[in-house]
Amino acid sequence: MSALPVVDAASDTAGTTAAFALTDAARRRRLAIALVVAAVLLIAAGLMVGSQGWSWSAFRADLADTQAGLILGEIRLPRTVGALMVGGLLGLSGAVAQGLFRNPLADPYLLGSAAGASFAVVLVLTAGSMSGHAIGFATAAWLARFGLVAAAFAGALAGVLLTLALARGAQEGVRLLLAGVVVGVVLGAASDLFTTVSPEALRGKQVFMLGSTGFLGWASVTMLGAGLALALPLGMRLSRALDALSLGDDSAASLGLDLPRIRMALVVLLAMCTGLAVSQSGLVAFVGLVAPHLVRRCAPAPHAYTLAASAGAGGVLLLAADVLARGLIAPQELPVGVLTALLGGGYLLWLLHRRRVA
Amino acid sequence: MMNLLIDSLPRWGRVGVRAWAVALKGLVCLRRRRPHPSPLPGGEGVLSRCIVLFAAMTAAATAHAQPIELRDDRGATYRFTAAPQRIVTLLPSITETVCALGACAKLVGTDRYSNWPASVLLLPKLGGLEDAQVERIVALRPDVVLAAKSARVIDRLEALGLRVVVVESQTHADVKRSAQLIATLLGRPQEAQRLWQEIERDMDRAAARVPAALRGKRVYFEVSSAPYAAGASSFIGETLARLKLGNIVPPALGPFPKLNPEYVVRARPDVVMASRIAVDSMAARPGWQTLAALHGHSCGFETQPYETLIRPGPRMGEAALLMADCLAGLESPR
Repeated sequence: MSALPVVDAASDTAGTTAAFALTDAARRRRLAIALVVAAVLLIAAGLMVGSQGWSWSAFRADLADTQAGLILGEIRLPRTVGALMVGGLLGLSGAVAQGLFRNPLADPYLLGSAAGASFAVVLVLTAGSMSGHAIGFATAAWLARFGLVAAAFAGALAGVLLTLALARGAQEGVRLLLAGVVVGVVLGAASDLFTTVSPEALRGKQVFMLGSTGFLGWASVTMLGAGLALALPLGMRLSRALDALSLGDDSAASLGLDLPRIRMALVVLLAMCTGLAVSQSGLVAFVGLVAPHLVRRCAPAPHAYTLAASAGAGGVLLLAADVLARGLIAPQELPVGVLTALLGGGYLLWLLHRRRVA
Repeated sequence: MMNLLIDSLPRWGRVGVRAWAVALKGLVCLRRRRPHPSPLPGGEGVLSRCIVLFAAMTAAATAHAQPIELRDDRGATYRFTAAPQRIVTLLPSITETVCALGACAKLVGTDRYSNWPASVLLLPKLGGLEDAQVERIVALRPDVVLAAKSARVIDRLEALGLRVVVVESQTHADVKRSAQLIATLLGRPQEAQRLWQEIERDMDRAAARVPAALRGKRVYFEVSSAPYAAGASSFIGETLARLKLGNIVPPALGPFPKLNPEYVVRARPDVVMASRIAVDSMAARPGWQTLAALHGHSCGFETQPYETLIRPGPRMGEAALLMADCLAGLESPR
């Protein structure tokens, strides 16, 4: 990663001069190593921390137990790896969104995917609870089999498609953003309406909005892994375009970029990553927003590095939050979204503060 | 009382009395800072007809009704000159209690979730606990509003001069106490006794129906798929204990803890109870397909019976019977 040519103007450290390039490279290496070490440590912690809290002796007992394969192999390991991957997808799509819109406040949920996914979830929950009343049993059974995961994924994609339709394609960044806001508000209102009519859907919706990593199994991990394996190389391929885009539309176009096509490709990447993450774990807060910030603050770099490192940072952040959520009040759990916000927000504030002091 | 009277006046007279009543309410509110003053009869000079009617009806009311005094679940004391005739309820279990005490006809509105008995479906729906429609409630001119402690709307309604009696129901003891409170308010205190005896009788019948082989078996009762469980200290847990069943969630974890799913797998419950949709989706959760209870020892309840189970109200006996019937239908445990 660090061997890539430095295009400082491409990141938000436009003022950095070539003299600092070497230290930037060192910082990038340091961040990459730190992320890998943190990921390894957290995976180990994720395997150890379960419904019995942080207890070395309980972990030893689990290993010796006949249930080891079930508890550790079927529940904790996929949950741990899954959390890392969901965080990775969110971090990656956050970095794509912030690059695409040249806006540090952009997050992966911006283009209507979050609202679309939660609307779909509410629809399925409502349909489930209304079986026998307003809709037939066959429809309800079909929806139940269709499942929340598939519904959330389809909903996320539909939300983004709706945004694209309203913005008449991806030609203009601002129009796309505004259309995303509109879709978010309208679909959000629609799901509120449905929960008013069918209050049974309310709690399910709340769980989805808070995000949860509790039900990630090997099937989820396979899907997430496949998604990451597709998305990361695609992101790398588009990273040079993101670098060019950060110079402004005109400059990017003068560099010979087919902007509408590139934007469309980025939006598709964003939608697929976000949809996949959201369908598996709900709307985990803040990871997609904060991970790219952490990366840029620690190690300014071109987008190829920022995308990959944001994926890493997102994964580490979500996994850390998950381990804490499991361990702090075991055997009860905290909502993982609350902890991502606390951890990510706290760290970002500390970074900002430190930079100002320096 | 006042409202009945106002309804019986001709239109122009009604306006006069209302104006006077509102002014008086405001005045008393301001002077004493007490949330629910009851306007005193007499002293108005609107029309002689009004006064005659007023006096006659007041006399009729006081002839058969003793003043009702009670203290609600947040400690506020109330004095009603007569049993309230127009009641708004803002919680399904309270609605059910009012109806079970035989006062369904006095309900003029409920929250949107109240759906039992069927007659309350026809009443105006006034929003939920946290988003109640203040204006519509006030327009219904209730003599009393019954709500749970968490309702944010309480302060607003009281500021508007309504009497709000707060009823809290978390445990069996709470249900018994709130039934007593509501029965006192309704002017029929002996009804609470009857209602509670019915609940007790149903619980005993339910306990007798549980197959002997299932006694002492440990239950996992899921109230939401995060997963939230009904612990031993919840009213559902108390009902399970009445049925001589165990609970995988000890009282120390509180009534409805959000559990680590791993905890359930590790605890290996003998029986699983939840809504039908939840039970159907459980086997797909990582590691859960190994739960023996999901293979022939699960009780999945359809929406309406499930609502009976999760409301701490007069239908708790019925809920116990529902659980017992499901248990009786299960094959004997391996």
